[in-house]
This record gives sequence, C-alpha cells and structure tokens, in this order.
Amino acid sequence: MSDKKRTIIPIGPYHPLQEEAEFFKLYVEGEKVVDMDIELGYNHRGIEKLSESLHWDQSTFLVERICGICSTSHPFAYVNAVEDLAGIEIPIRAKYIRSIIGELERIQSHMLWLGLAGHFLGYNTVWMWSWKYRELVNDMFEFITGNRMHYAMMKIGGVRRDIEKKDIPQVEKMCNDLIPALDLFKGAVMDDPVIHARTKGVGILPREVAVDYCVVGPTARASGVDIDVRRDDPQNSAYSLVDWKVIVTQNGDVFDKAVVRILEMYESIKIIRGCLSGLKKEPEGIFDLNVKEIPSGEGIGHYEAPRGEVYHYVRSDGTNRPVRHKVRAPSYVNVPSNQYAVKGETISDAAIILAAVDPCYCCTERVAVIDKEKNKKLMNGFDLIKLCQKKTELLRKMSF
Amino acid sequence: MPASLKIKALTKSIWVFHLACSPCNNCDIEILDVLTPRYDVERFGIQLVGSVRHADALLVTGMVGRKVVDRVKRIYEQAPKPCVVIAVGGCACSEGIFRDSYNACGPLDKIIPVNAYIPGCPPKPEAIIMSVVKLIKALKGEK
Repeated sequence: MSDKKRTIIPIGPYHPLQEEAEFFKLYVEGEKVVDMDIELGYNHRGIEKLSESLHWDQSTFLVERICGICSTSHPFAYVNAVEDLAGIEIPIRAKYIRSIIGELERIQSHMLWLGLAGHFLGYNTVWMWSWKYRELVNDMFEFITGNRMHYAMMKIGGVRRDIEKKDIPQVEKMCNDLIPALDLFKGAVMDDPVIHARTKGVGILPREVAVDYCVVGPTARASGVDIDVRRDDPQNSAYSLVDWKVIVTQNGDVFDKAVVRILEMYESIKIIRGCLSGLKKEPEGIFDLNVKEIPSGEGIGHYEAPRGEVYHYVRSDGTNRPVRHKVRAPSYVNVPSNQYAVKGETISDAAIILAAVDPCYCCTERVAVIDKEKNKKLMNGFDLIKLCQKKTELLRKMSF
Repeated sequence: MPASLKIKALTKSIWVFHLACSPCNNCDIEILDVLTPRYDVERFGIQLVGSVRHADALLVTGMVGRKVVDRVKRIYEQAPKPCVVIAVGGCACSEGIFRDSYNACGPLDKIIPVNAYIPGCPPKPEAIIMSVVKLIKALKGEK
C-alpha cells in the first residue's frame, strides 16, 4: 500500500454517476484500478425496526417503500413469508395477478437499467429511447393498479385489486407494443461494434468467483450460474403454471449482463401473456382470502426481484405485529462482487462496471457497514462519466 | 446586482441539482422521468447538473437520515445564492412513513429552508412540473 504511488479517487457520496448517495473509493495506479472500497449507510432508514411496530398489513406498505424500483418484489417476498408462516395457499387468480405485476415491474426495471447503462457509455439516445418506452409500462401500472409506482397490489392472502376481463385486451395491446421496442434495443446492443468494444471482456466475473461471492439474479446468470427463484421455488405465484425459461450466459462480462437483461424482458412478456390467458379461464371475483389472524411461528419468503433474490424472514408470537422481520436484498451480495470485477480495469471502464450489477442501495441499507480508514490524498471533482463517454467517442471515431 | 435581475437570472433557465437524502428511489426516478422524452422539460432550459455549484434549484428527496444530515447542510451552503429548495415527495415534506424511525432527523424544513413542497408518494411528473411553474410565478411576484 505505502511503497507504490497510489491515488485514491473518491466517487460520491453525491456524484452525478449515482442517483443515490453512496461512497466508492477507487485505488488507482496510473490508469489502472487496483482496489476498491465501498462505504454504505447513507440510505439507512431503520425499516426492520419500524416493521416491528406496525400491524401485519401495514408492514406490506412499509416494505414496499424499501425500494421504489423493485417495489413489488419486497411486498411479494414479505407476503410469501407471512403466508408461509400461516400456511396459506392463495386463490389461483391472485397467483396470476401477482406474477403479472412482478413481470411488468421486471420489464420497467430492466429498461431503466438499460437506459442508465447507455447513458454511462455515452449513448444518450439509448437512455432517452428506453425511458420513452418504459412509459408504456408505467401507463399500464396506472391502468391496473392506479399508481405509476408503489402499486400496493400485494396483500396477505391475495391481491388488492382484480384484473377484470374487460381490462385484459389493454394489457395484451401493451405487450404487443413493447415487442418492437425490445427488438430495437436488442439490435442496438447486440449489433453495435462500439458497444461490443466497450463491454465485451470488461469487468469479467468468472463462474467460480460468482459462486464465492454468492451473487444472485442477472449478475449470477450472466456468469453461468443457473439460479432463479421463480423457477426453483415458486411460492404462491403462477410461474410453475406458465411456459418460460431461465436465461443463462457464460462469459460474465458487462456485455453478457446486458444481454441477460434484454432477453429476460422477452421472457417476462411471455409470462404475462401466459398469465393473461390463464386469467381468462378463471372465474372472476375470487382474488383475496381476507386473512385476519396470524398464528405464532416463523416464515420465510423469497422472490426473484429484477436484481436477484429478495429474502424476507418474519417471526410472530401470535399478536398482530411481527416480533422480528429480517430483509436481505440482492444488491447486498451483488455490490461486493464489484471489488473483484473492477480490479485491473481502467478508470474509464469503472463507471460501467459499477453500474453493471444494477446496484440498488435503497434495498441494501438496513444495516450500516462503515469503513473507517483515513485517506491521505484525495482527488476531487473527477468526472467519471465524462471519461467513460470520452472513451466511447474515441472508439467510435476509430471504427469509422 | 439589483434584486429583479437576480430573480430574472434565477428563473430564466433553471438548472437543478438532485439531492437524494435517504429516499426509496421512487421520487428520484420520477425526477429523471420528467427529463426524458414524454415530459421533456429540457425544452424549457431546465437541466440536471452534476455539481451543486452550478445549481439554481435543489430537488431534495427522501427523509433525512442521521448520516446525511451534515452533508445536506454542507451541500446547501455550497449552492450559489439565491437558490430555491424544493422538497419532492411525502418523505421530504413530512418524513412520511419513516416518521418514527430512529434514524430520522426531523423533516427537511427544520434542517434547511424550503421554498416549495410537492406531496405524493411519489408525486406524478405532472405534479413536479406544475410545482416548478408555480414556484417561478411566485418568485417573480405574479399570482
């Protein structure tokens, strides 16, 4: 550490690269990144403690506000945990509706990531396009649930609102409208030589390392680890009733992470279509069991959020509040893998590598981990995105 | 510089800095949504900037956590004056559902002066745009 000349580049806590307050410390030698530190805790809100003071049904709203982007995944896992505790099997109509909402959310989250990744690479057109088409999904949420975000659809024992027969053609139309947009992005990412040059072989996370770091979700599946909670343990959801497949790629670089997410959006549309045709066959009106009493015991619930496995644990003593509520979010295990992926890369690639796991600190921070090492030399005002975009520009010029 | 000129310079083309205290990300996404093609406020010269030293307005989201509270004050001091502070979303206005949290440091207006409040969880993009329009009118002294 001391004999070589190392520079520390701080990213954050308030930095244009991130929407949320977060502190990364990059140790660089020349242009090469040799190490990285992460400091969390800017987003800590004490949700687990708050949950212990709220009624079972109120907690559904609280866990929804853990994160705005995966705001169905957390309630989904939470109600699964409570239903596991109480031993409830929900009506099949509710299962279909839960899966539809979950998959719509996956599409909007992946589109959001794709846009931000495009922005970091200097492709602002991709950013604007993907956010434009993301509005289609948001409109659909407003149509089904009444809110663009924070849908409040999950409920212990079912869902809050029904998707009626007369609404189904609207949702189907949205799916049809989305396919050309997805084709556009697939073409934009997979055929562009500059994106290939920027992302292929960058920030590689090999399979063994991915297993060691216990990464989950698209980050793991891009490294060839075949895990998906939706297939492995479809608790109270319709994933076992429709036809779809898990996307796995082998290389583990930034390019593969993008490909996994784009192909997953196609699978999501497939699931939504399957669920809609299932809904048509079921009788209307039965979508909630109206659960009142929660017995004592403990329950586990998990769900595949857009970023990976969300895990909720609840313990009850038979009163109307959880005694203990534990949440583990996917970014909590995905973010440390950056430490491996970013080593040996150049600073201009660091931005896209850090972004490639789709980190979500709102989810992660219910536990504060603070590193108290003192810095000696700080380089301030370093605009990482600018550097990252410059490199793309350079490559683009070279390819012509 | 006369005060009227200051107000004119401030309201002509508002550059906003996005300050996320301890949000759930939703208001932040909606703020970005306002800048993307459907709403596209860049037409009116409203732009998101990377440094607070270039900012005319601070968009603050989320409840203020214990670790952020000093930084929020420092960032507000760094902003060139006059500047306006807009509290976006229920958490920034009144701490919302996190009111009883042990990590909450009081609502935003107890920490830095706030010029406008946008309630909602999250506020719709239309509401964010409307609040900016109202704020500009108020600054100019119109009704």
